[in-house]
Amino acid sequence: MSVNAPANPAPQKAAPKASSRTRSERKLAWMLCAPAVLAMLLVTAYPIAYAVVLSLQDVDLRFPDEGGFAGLSNYSTVLSSSLWWTDIFNTVFIMVISVAIELVLGMAIALVMHRAIFGRGVVRTSVLIPYGIITVVAAFAWQFAFSPETGFVNNLPLISDEMDWFGGRFSSFAVIILAEVWKTTPFMALLLLAGLVTIDDQLYEAARVDGATAWQRFTRITLPLMKPAILVALLFRTLDAFRVFDTIFVMTRGALDTESVSILGYNQLISRLNLGLGSAVSVLIFLCVFLIAFIFVKGFGAKVEEGRPS
Amino acid sequence: MERSSRDYALWTIAIALVVIFALIPVLWLISISLKPPEALTDQKFIPSDISFDNYKSLFEGGIDDSPFIKPLINSIGIALITTAISIVLASFCAYAIARLEFPGKRVILAGALAIAMFPPISTVGPLFDMWRALGLYDTWLGLIIPYLTFSLPLAIYVLVAFFREIPWELEQAAQVDGATPFQAFTKVIVPLAAPGVFTAAILVFIFCWNDFLFAISLTSSDASRTVPAALAFFTGESSFTAPTGSIAAAAVVVTVPIIVFVLFFQRRIVAGLTAGAVKG
Repeated sequence: MSVNAPANPAPQKAAPKASSRTRSERKLAWMLCAPAVLAMLLVTAYPIAYAVVLSLQDVDLRFPDEGGFAGLSNYSTVLSSSLWWTDIFNTVFIMVISVAIELVLGMAIALVMHRAIFGRGVVRTSVLIPYGIITVVAAFAWQFAFSPETGFVNNLPLISDEMDWFGGRFSSFAVIILAEVWKTTPFMALLLLAGLVTIDDQLYEAARVDGATAWQRFTRITLPLMKPAILVALLFRTLDAFRVFDTIFVMTRGALDTESVSILGYNQLISRLNLGLGSAVSVLIFLCVFLIAFIFVKGFGAKVEEGRPS
Repeated sequence: MERSSRDYALWTIAIALVVIFALIPVLWLISISLKPPEALTDQKFIPSDISFDNYKSLFEGGIDDSPFIKPLINSIGIALITTAISIVLASFCAYAIARLEFPGKRVILAGALAIAMFPPISTVGPLFDMWRALGLYDTWLGLIIPYLTFSLPLAIYVLVAFFREIPWELEQAAQVDGATPFQAFTKVIVPLAAPGVFTAAILVFIFCWNDFLFAISLTSSDASRTVPAALAFFTGESSFTAPTGSIAAAAVVVTVPIIVFVLFFQRRIVAGLTAGAVKG
C-alpha cells in the first residue's frame, strides 16, 4: 500500500545547521503561503461570521428601515417550519440514493478500466466527458430528454408515452438523481481506480491458487484494501451531493416539493431578500455539512488527510 | 492465460455500455440543437431534418443584442483571470508546503481541505450584501474573488502532489555544473513543474466554467452573467416559443470545445484528479 497523504512531511532535506537558516526558511514559507491563505479566508471565514451575525437579526432588504436584534427567532422560525424539514428530507434522499448508485457504478467502471483486456483508453476517455460538461448543461440535456413534449425517453419501449416525469415529486427525483449520477460518477470511478491500482496483483494470484472465486477475491481482497479510498471518495461525494443545487434549479426550481436546502437558502436570500432568515438557513446548512464530515471522520474513521478536494 | 472469445464479447458489451452512457446527453443536445422548430416535438433521437437556425439565432444582433455573446465573453474572461491568479498563488503556497519545513504546514493543508468541503450557499447571502455595499455586485471581480477562494484548495492539493515528485536535487546538480541559480530554476525546475501546473490550471478552469450558484446570485445583467446563469434565464424568440432550441445550441457551443480539450489532455486530467489521493 502506498496511499500517500499529502500532509506527510516533505522528504527531509539536510538537517538545518544554523537556527537562523531555519528561521529564514520559515519566514520564506509563510510569505509564500500568506496570499493564498488570505484569499481562502476572505470569502469563507469572514462571510460565515457575517452570516451568523445576520442570522441573529431581522434583516429584510425589502423593508430596510425595520430590523434590529432578533435573537434566535430566525432559527426557531426555520426549524419549526415544515418546509425546512421537507427540504432536509429531499436533500438527504437525493444524497443517499445518488451516492449509493455512484459507488456501485463507479466501482464497476473502475474495475472495467483496471481489468479490461482492451479498450481501457476508450473507457477512460468517455468517462471524462461528463466531468468536463457544465452541470447546468447536463441538467438541461436530461430535462429535454425526459420532457413529455420534446423528449425521446417516452418514445422508448416499456415507458408510457404519457409519463409526465416532472409532474410528480418522486418521478422528478428519479430524473434529478439520474442527472447527478451521470455527472459525478466519473470522478468517483477515477478516485476508486486510483485505490485499485495500489493493490498488489500477487494477492489475487495467491487467492486464485487457493481456489477463491472472483467474487471472493473482490469481497475479501479488493474491498478491505480499498476501504480508505472508498471512505474518502464517499465523504467528498456525500458533502458535494448535500449541496445539490444546479440540477434541481434547472429541472423543477423546487416545485412540487422537490426543493433542496440549498434552493431554500437561495430563495430566502436572493429571491425574497430576507437576509436574516436566509442566513439562518445558511448557518444550519453549514452545521449539517460539519456534522456529516464529523460522522465520516469519527464514526467511520475516514482519513481525511489522505483525501483531496474535488 | 487463455482469453476466450466469450471474454472478449463480455468486455465489448461492458465497454460499449459505459461509452453509450457517457455520450447520450451530448449526442442528444446536438440532435435537439439541429432540429428545426417544427420537429422539436417529434421525440426522435436522431433528427430527420437538419437546420442551423438555432445557432444563427444565438449570434444574431451582434454583441449588443445577442443573448449569448456577452455571457460567453464573461465566462471565458472570468475563468481565465481566476485561473491565472489562482495558479500563481497556489504555486507559491504549494512550493512552500512541498519543499520547506515550517510550522503551520498541516494547518494550511487541513484548512484548504475544510474550504473544499465548505457549502458555498452559506457565503452567498453575506457576499450578496457585502458586494452591493462595495460596488462589486454584478462585476467580474465580484465573481473572480469567490472563484479564487474555492479553487485554491483544489489547485494547492494538485500542485503539492506534483511538486513532491520533482527531483529537486537536479537544481543543485545544475548549479554544480556551472548554471546560475536563475538558470537552474528556469532550465531545470520550470520544465519539470510545467505539466503539473498546466494540469492544475485545467482543473481550476473547469471549476470556474462550471459554477452556477455564485453566477446567478451575484450578477443581475449581461455585464457579468456567465453562460450557465445566462442559460437559465434564456427566453424564446417570442414569449410563445420555448427556448429549448437556443438553449441546446448554446449548450453545444460551450460543451464541444471543452470536450475536445478534455479528451486531448485526458492523461493530465486523470493524473490531476487522482493526484494526492494515491501515489502512483
